[in-house]
Amino acid sequence: MTWPKKYGGQERSFLDRYVVTEEFRVANAPVRAHFTADRQSGPVLLKYAADEIKKDVLPRITRGECCFCIGMSEPNSGSDLFAASTKATKTDEGWRVNGTKLWTSNAHHADYMIGLFRTSPSTEENHRHGLTNFLVDITLPGISISPVHNMAGLHEFNEVVFDDCLVPNNHVLGEINGAWKQATSELAYERSGPERFLETFYILTEMVRTLGTEPDNRSAEGIGRLVAQAHTLRRMSVSVNGMLQAGMEPVLEGAIVKDMGTVWEQALPRKARDLTAFTDIGNRTNFDRLLRYAIHIAPKLTIQGGTTEVLRSIIARGLGLR
Amino acid sequence: MTETDDIIIDTTARIFSELGDPQTLNNACDDTWQQPLWTALADSGLTRAWVPEDQGGAGAEITDGFDILVTAGRYAVAVPLAETLLAGWLLAKAGIMMPDGPLSVAMGNADNPFRINSNGSLSGTAKVVPFAGDVDHFTVLTDKGVALVKASDCNIETGVSMAGDAMSDVTFDGVTPSTVAVVPGGFGIKDLMLMGAAIRSAQMAGGLQAILDLAVDYAKERVAFGRPISKFQAVQHNLARLGGETAVAVAAAGSAADAIANAEGANAQQFDQAVFLEVAAAKIRTGEAVGDGTAIAHQTFGAIGFTSEHVLQRHTRRLWAWRDDYGSESEWAVRLGEMIATNGADELWPLLASR
Repeated sequence: MTWPKKYGGQERSFLDRYVVTEEFRVANAPVRAHFTADRQSGPVLLKYAADEIKKDVLPRITRGECCFCIGMSEPNSGSDLFAASTKATKTDEGWRVNGTKLWTSNAHHADYMIGLFRTSPSTEENHRHGLTNFLVDITLPGISISPVHNMAGLHEFNEVVFDDCLVPNNHVLGEINGAWKQATSELAYERSGPERFLETFYILTEMVRTLGTEPDNRSAEGIGRLVAQAHTLRRMSVSVNGMLQAGMEPVLEGAIVKDMGTVWEQALPRKARDLTAFTDIGNRTNFDRLLRYAIHIAPKLTIQGGTTEVLRSIIARGLGLR
Repeated sequence: MTETDDIIIDTTARIFSELGDPQTLNNACDDTWQQPLWTALADSGLTRAWVPEDQGGAGAEITDGFDILVTAGRYAVAVPLAETLLAGWLLAKAGIMMPDGPLSVAMGNADNPFRINSNGSLSGTAKVVPFAGDVDHFTVLTDKGVALVKASDCNIETGVSMAGDAMSDVTFDGVTPSTVAVVPGGFGIKDLMLMGAAIRSAQMAGGLQAILDLAVDYAKERVAFGRPISKFQAVQHNLARLGGETAVAVAAAGSAADAIANAEGANAQQFDQAVFLEVAAAKIRTGEAVGDGTAIAHQTFGAIGFTSEHVLQRHTRRLWAWRDDYGSESEWAVRLGEMIATNGADELWPLLASR
């Protein structure tokens, strides 16, 4: 929605996009396949890709014809992103990539990956040095994808193995060895969106329905606190997005919103379970089905996109403690 | 933020840092600091911020008043500034001239409001009136409108709040108010409670900012096990949580203040559901933040923060007192939950998204 018209975008504001994202989340709409490209990959391409690539790929994203996955985590590199060891070696034909990415959500549906590869060793002074972002066509020879089923029985995760995969020279995104410089501004977008507190919101709506129009004090208090918390998180998230619209880089604020938002959306199914424990009026089959699903997926909410521990360290740095 | 906002915040901060510094007040062996602090606040017009100029006030914006309250909260305000602002706002609504001197508001409750007797006198007892022993007048919302009552005509019990500030029950034993006037448009105790809760939320937001600053500075100075405790990840993460709770409180209180300012700007005679959501959420969420935030601040300071001579308790005890005033988190949560349930599940998201 926010992208330039020449690449198929609408040039709408971030807040317009915010509203649409919110409504998708509240409706629990199946948007995951295209959301990665819209939120993260597209903006990276807009900023760092060569113009011929932008002209080729971005319009296809806006038409809903191509999906992206994120090639960051590895078996030995999760929160410690800068420990990534999948290697890209410069050759005459392009870059040769070897190594393994793990926990790659939706790689099995994706057309492209934005992969973070090691192009030189880190240095004593800067352990973040030496990594480069690449646009990778996932259908290239030398890439194999295997499923990793999650504990909810779903196939989202994948292991992506690169075996001498050749990536063209013009697929480098941004500065070679300098991917770390690109990270900070993107993180604020990734961390402050409505998806960071609304992922289990349907549980709150359905809990209110299940508890009925005349709740006892215990139920009413439970609803009231959860609604107050949700409302406040939303006001914070909207405000961070307003800062982004104004061209600021609210990295600290984004970390706070994601920390508080994901802890809240993770606790919501448990609290809803407590509050509905004595309720068996009406037909709660639908609620129980949703609750079971939400409890299953809850653990991931404070892990994906930056763990609680990493976020609190960022906040501590913002407070001048590190 | 406009230039006027900055001037108001700077003026408030300057008066408090010169005459109401929490550490200085904590060291004082008597209350001779009260009069100079109050005089400076009154002379600057801050105490009359919410009274229009033609009624003897400063005619400031609603948001300016909330800025004053957040700043006063940062300095653990121990004079009836918030109460006088609220009383002035209420008197202005009834078109009553605001008297000089500090005021407080005696609240009844929705089921049993104060009544004006046929002879024009007022009877009844108001529970836990903030700064009751320190003020010249009370404003009382009665069934016949707003009444202004001289404090010297009332029976005031001696008592203190959790913070050690004056707070007591006030009995109006056939007292004749100096003025009674109706607020037009069905304004009631629910609207007054909303304003009171928004005021306390603003003070709590300021108070949390103060204890965050204190705890962060102390963690950088205090050395244990051979290094500043700020270098321990466990301490960093505690303080990150305090930072998060403070950000939540500031956001919640600010959003409620904006909602009230918009309603007042539109000359709404009663507050609607959206304002109710905003203020209830602010009082609930700032109250919750006070619970978690004060625990972390005290944990950071260890034993020294638990002493009466240390400044931390000057802030935390007031935060606990403010959390109780004009409805606790639980009381507001029950009312908000009932409203949401009555509206029905499908109205929940549209209400949140309308803000």
